Amino acid sequence: MPHDDPHDHSHAAVEADEPQGYYQHLAAATRSLLIEKGVFSAADMRAMIEQIDRRSPALGAKIVARAWTDEGFKARLLSRGKQAIKEEMEIDPVAADIVVVENTAAVHNVVVCTLCSCYPVFILGRPPDWYKSYAYRSRAVRDPRGVLREFGTEIDPAREVRVHDSTADMRYLVLPMQPAGTEGWLEERLAGIVTRDTMVGTAEVRPAE
Amino acid sequence: MSDDIRQQHDMGGLDKGPVTPSAHEIEPWEKRVEAIMRLLSMRKDRFVTVDELRRGIEELPPELYDTIGYYERWIASLSNILVEKGVLDRAELDARVKALEAGA
Repeated sequence: MPHDDPHDHSHAAVEADEPQGYYQHLAAATRSLLIEKGVFSAADMRAMIEQIDRRSPALGAKIVARAWTDEGFKARLLSRGKQAIKEEMEIDPVAADIVVVENTAAVHNVVVCTLCSCYPVFILGRPPDWYKSYAYRSRAVRDPRGVLREFGTEIDPAREVRVHDSTADMRYLVLPMQPAGTEGWLEERLAGIVTRDTMVGTAEVRPAE
Repeated sequence: MSDDIRQQHDMGGLDKGPVTPSAHEIEPWEKRVEAIMRLLSMRKDRFVTVDELRRGIEELPPELYDTIGYYERWIASLSNILVEKGVLDRAELDARVKALEAGA
């Protein structure tokens, strides 16, 4: 990163330790030219990074806990996911559409993006590396039970496993099953046991010890 | 579709080995690439769409697709799209990269 870049002094020190290969330079060149041309500002960049940093699976967990404790919300979530999340949870999912799929005693849902890495970033935060890996992308649709086993998740053979392949405009959120023994828990406590992987479908929610 | 005419990104149903459920922390430069893309895609005019980004990634040479990292594919695609749209000039971009490589 050039120390003489008038727009970005605040980043220079941080970037000194980073890899400096061709693509890092390409990224820095693209960014500095766009800022110079007034397409966006360095402040816009920082604000956007902070906005994405604030998104995490905790948001998704709140949505799941609300659905477990409010039948009406759950029905709206399953029928018009994006609208319910935006209007009732006041979380902007940004994505064009969000489809919420419910795990039941008969069905377990798993989400993948075989072509790339589409993911509900503004509900769950950035996708984990494995979600973007060739192994997960290629095999989730071919041998989902085998892939789930690699996560330590064994789905009862009697349950159907449904795999959903995401697109840029259609992203999925799994509504996991509420584990037995948590009936009557408050929403906040329930949210605490919902992990990222349970909302992608590679794990099931277990009650806290 | 037979496997020999698949494009590189189209890997659904293939077997690319076991999943390693690990994660590394995203690097600051990767966050900046992500932010550039989202600043462009979330504008009212959706200046660069996610589909365009993906199309640009899919057009990378197969041998490159497989050897560079996730956000490296993003910036390779995004910079090509910005040149295509006339926002960036290829010579200007190359010159800026060279200057950075020279430690300017």
